[in-house]
Amino acid sequence: MATETLIWLLLVPPLLAFFLIVLFTNRSNRLSHIIGVGAAFLSWLGSMVVFYRAVTTEHLGEHPFTSSFNWLATGDKYLSVGLLVDPLTAVSLFFVAWTIFMIFLYSVGYHNFGQPKGDHDRPGLPPHGATVTDAHGHSHMVPSIEPMYARFFAFIGLFAFGMYLLVLSDNLVTLFVGWEIMGLCSYLLIGFWYGKESARAAMVKAFLTTRIGDMFMLLGIAYLYSFTGTMNFRDILYNQEMLNLLASTPAVGGFLGLSAAGLIGILLFFGTVGKSAQFPLHVWLPDAMEGPTPVSAMIHAATMVSAGVYMVIRFFPLLSAGMEHGHLTTAMTVLSVVGAFTALFAATIALAQNDIKRVLAYSTISQLGYMIAALGIGAYVAAAFHLITHAFFKALLFLGSGSVIHGMEHGVLHTGEHVDPQDMYNMGGLRKKMPITFWTFLIGGFALSGFPLVTAGFWSKDEILADAWGHGHYVVFGVLALAALMTAFYTMRQITLTFLGEPRTKAAEHAQETPWTMTLPLSILAIFAVGAGWVGIPEHFPGMGGLIPNWFHEFVGGTLLEHPVAVDFNFIPLLTSLVVALGGLWAGWTVYSRVKTLKTVDPLKPVLGGFYTVLKNKYYFDELYEKLFIRPAQWLSATFVSLWMDRTVIDGFLHGVAAFSLQVGSALLRYFDTPVVNGFGNQVGEGAKKLGHLLRPIQTGRIQQYMILALVSVATFSALFYYLLVYTR
Amino acid sequence: MIPLSWYLIFAAALFCIGLFGVLARKNSIAILMGIELMLNSVNVNLVAFWRYRTPETITGQVFAIIVFAVAAAEVAVGLALFISIYRRRNTVVADEINLLKW
Repeated sequence: MATETLIWLLLVPPLLAFFLIVLFTNRSNRLSHIIGVGAAFLSWLGSMVVFYRAVTTEHLGEHPFTSSFNWLATGDKYLSVGLLVDPLTAVSLFFVAWTIFMIFLYSVGYHNFGQPKGDHDRPGLPPHGATVTDAHGHSHMVPSIEPMYARFFAFIGLFAFGMYLLVLSDNLVTLFVGWEIMGLCSYLLIGFWYGKESARAAMVKAFLTTRIGDMFMLLGIAYLYSFTGTMNFRDILYNQEMLNLLASTPAVGGFLGLSAAGLIGILLFFGTVGKSAQFPLHVWLPDAMEGPTPVSAMIHAATMVSAGVYMVIRFFPLLSAGMEHGHLTTAMTVLSVVGAFTALFAATIALAQNDIKRVLAYSTISQLGYMIAALGIGAYVAAAFHLITHAFFKALLFLGSGSVIHGMEHGVLHTGEHVDPQDMYNMGGLRKKMPITFWTFLIGGFALSGFPLVTAGFWSKDEILADAWGHGHYVVFGVLALAALMTAFYTMRQITLTFLGEPRTKAAEHAQETPWTMTLPLSILAIFAVGAGWVGIPEHFPGMGGLIPNWFHEFVGGTLLEHPVAVDFNFIPLLTSLVVALGGLWAGWTVYSRVKTLKTVDPLKPVLGGFYTVLKNKYYFDELYEKLFIRPAQWLSATFVSLWMDRTVIDGFLHGVAAFSLQVGSALLRYFDTPVVNGFGNQVGEGAKKLGHLLRPIQTGRIQQYMILALVSVATFSALFYYLLVYTR
Repeated sequence: MIPLSWYLIFAAALFCIGLFGVLARKNSIAILMGIELMLNSVNVNLVAFWRYRTPETITGQVFAIIVFAVAAAEVAVGLALFISIYRRRNTVVADEINLLKW
């Protein structure tokens, strides 16, 4: 099959799965997950074929696979939409296909397929467990199947479709469509357990927060279209004339002295800020942990947040248009500042979180900030590289944390102990109970902290740091290095608290390894968490460089018109990343291996003092936004709009109109309807009645009287006619 | 040949006798007989006009036969009605049969 046809077919299975499950198979859990996982498998298979063909094509950057058709007529032109596979798409497709497929498979186990129905489970609430009686007559609690099992597969099917569409799009319109489909699906999936108050709040928060970014992004899209007249990536981004034009034209109204390219780039970047949870729109992501864990993996690793970074990487030529002699453009400066700040800021919050998923959520924000900062300093390939390695190890970590929670829930159900199965302080010693989860989580965690030489995270992070150092962005370098240190620290804290030491609760003692549908995806992702880094080892790296050619750089660099040059090797960034990774891991282990019992306070607490509380409360950003935006908005809607404008002005006007109409109506009733219309009708009726009374006597019922009457009438009329017609003639 | 006017005068006389019977008799059956007389006087008229005016066609005879048929049907229905009324009200006096009054 031609690759151009095949790329269209990648989109079909997930969408089809969504509709099939929603419309037909939602009553059957088995059929629904077969369709869901089957669709993910088909898209995965197709993606691998496309990826293979893309990789084996020479100069893919110059001659990508494209296929488009004219969609909307705008004046005498057409808006052309279609698909594009260039090197960036190809590598994105690779990680998207793998992670999505793994997450689909994992969901089967996570939602307890094959377990009995729960005793008190209701749709909209997480399963509470079921009582079963074994052969010996003992009854005990086991996990129960998710009540809305089929619905889950329908939603993530649609989600997968959105991501495939976004990655494969060759234009901003379908990219935005995929973007918004994912926005919708994240709303639906974060609030999957809509019976929980917190889940409902989180879903609304996520939707509204990302909406702010999306609005700016839409402005950027509109501006770009009005300027260039096209939405196609190749026409804009692979077209030096267009880029020069965009860079040399001042933005509309001379806005802040930006060029058109700068303003569009910053507007589009706002979309990423919302979608990839960058400061200041980061607040929704940790709350999004209310959803089931596969959703967290889906949103926070494989798809949605990556989509935001993917979009800015895609638009890097626009952002960097006008860059001369390594001087950053305004848009790039914004990116690097926001990215570096977010990387550090989120890492500090992650230090003080106890919820296993929340730590990962903040680490995701931090890592995304890393990528944004890398892009901001022009490290295009490094950003793409980190995007991909991060997708693998973060998917692994999230699925691993889900596995941990699942195992803990098993323990909670078994012992009947009332502890939070997500709080890391309630865990400990899980390495013996859940060995596969432990080893894979360890690999993922080491990749996240950048454990030297073996893990993927090391190579991608090292490349970012090397780029920052090599191009002389020392502030960014310093901030990112500090963030990397913290990353290693909180990762080791997480691993230590969760898996090492001894169990701190009964539930942790009775935790159990999860089924193969969950551990298999973990194992496969663990392979990538290590191996994905080997495709991008710098050429001059001591010892290992040159053993495997730096394929990634060559391949992804080909996406750009001007192939980026790899930075020269330097020992300072390498040593820095070694020190921060190993130092952070060591510090994390030494500090947190001292936590022995449930009552031990966090060792950081006495050290940081009041600042720990600030971190624990996430710098009070939720409270700040509550006061700054939500309260005024509520005041505006409750007091101003509802009470004053709606109830007083509009209702008052409406009531006035109603009262006036009532008056007119009653006047009409009194002076027109009753006397005139009714009177006339009554008179007609009465008149007919009187006439009837008058004529009643002649109706005797005697036949002969009638006949006489007839005879007399005939005679009279005959005489009359005779007189009139004959005699007078 | 007897002139046409004789027939017409005879028919008129017969009609008047019938009309008188209809108006004056109390017995319903007699009223019915009066009606028969009136119908037959019309038949006499029809046949006479045919014979004297348009003997080449047979329309007059046909018309007369149609009137016979109608009269016969009418008498059949009328007598059946009277029998029914007699059975219910035990009378055939026309003045006493005032059911048509409301």
